[in-house]
Amino acid sequence: MSAETTEVHGHEGEHEEHEGMTKRRIWNVFFILLGITCVEFIIALWLAPTLHWPSHFVNPAYIILTLFKAYFIVAFFMHLKFEKVGLALAIIVPILFIIGLILVLTNESHYWIGLR
Amino acid sequence: MSTTAAQQIDEIKTTPWSGGRSPFNVEYGKMMMWFFLLSDAFTFSTLLISYGALRFSAPVWPAPSLVFQSFPGLIEHGAPLVFVGLMTFILIMSSVTMVLAVEAGHRNSKKEVVWWMIGTIIGGLMFLSCQALEWTHLHSEGFWWGHIPDPKTMQEFFKEGIPLTQQAMTSHQFANLFFTITGFHGFHVFSGVIINIIITVNVLIGTYQKRGSYLMVEKVGLYWHFVDLVWVFVFTFFYLV
Repeated sequence: MSAETTEVHGHEGEHEEHEGMTKRRIWNVFFILLGITCVEFIIALWLAPTLHWPSHFVNPAYIILTLFKAYFIVAFFMHLKFEKVGLALAIIVPILFIIGLILVLTNESHYWIGLR
Repeated sequence: MSTTAAQQIDEIKTTPWSGGRSPFNVEYGKMMMWFFLLSDAFTFSTLLISYGALRFSAPVWPAPSLVFQSFPGLIEHGAPLVFVGLMTFILIMSSVTMVLAVEAGHRNSKKEVVWWMIGTIIGGLMFLSCQALEWTHLHSEGFWWGHIPDPKTMQEFFKEGIPLTQQAMTSHQFANLFFTITGFHGFHVFSGVIINIIITVNVLIGTYQKRGSYLMVEKVGLYWHFVDLVWVFVFTFFYLV
């Protein structure tokens, strides 16, 4: 296995693949994640209660911020941004099925409201 | 004539998908880790989406700012989100130490890999302890799988004037979903810590130095970041929304 490993890496990818994350970039991503989390806290603890923002406005905001965090974790920490496009697509495209499940179950839960 | 045609046929293609090389340019185990994580993402999303559907169809729901308002051991009331904020910070921090371990692995610096891995393990253990405190606190209030607090305690988690039958129904759903989903996530953290320990021992005894690559650190790193990723969603949907 060790021989295969070094061969795959030695082929061409060595510098191309590893150039992605330097220490500075890692800390930059960390501060972005921390900043987004702080924004969520500020909304939840101060902005929403004092300005009386309704939940149909606040909740989408949380979800968008969460998706931003997810992007930074997957792209930089998990290194997917620096992998081959084929691999990135093979991982991301199936995730789109989840949108289908969300739509189906949202529709279903509308129906459950009527049953209760 | 015929020789040139033969030469054209015999010419070795070098495009990524014409064979003889890894088209994704990743090692087999790392690619399989990605696909495992994809399947795990589906598992977590079915859990979270069924939580969403049940909550969406419920007339009322225990308010997160009222259920999670204590910092176990320090503050009993009036500190919503503080404890879970600490847990989130710990997990993001341990994710950072994990990337730093991977980065040190690329430079083949065994000593640095070991220290960052130990940092990651400590972060994971801290997160698990926090979760144990959180569970103990909720359990002491009366929440558990199939159990809800007595009506007087339960009243505190809802806005005024909601009938007791509705409170009981949604509290049951809340308790079951909360312990199932955070429990499943906590189990992932736990197994992640175990795997991290195994890999750290391997680094210490020089397995990857002999192998010439710290790719295994990268693979467990992927798993560890995934655990962090799931927590980001659990945090949003249980504590914020």
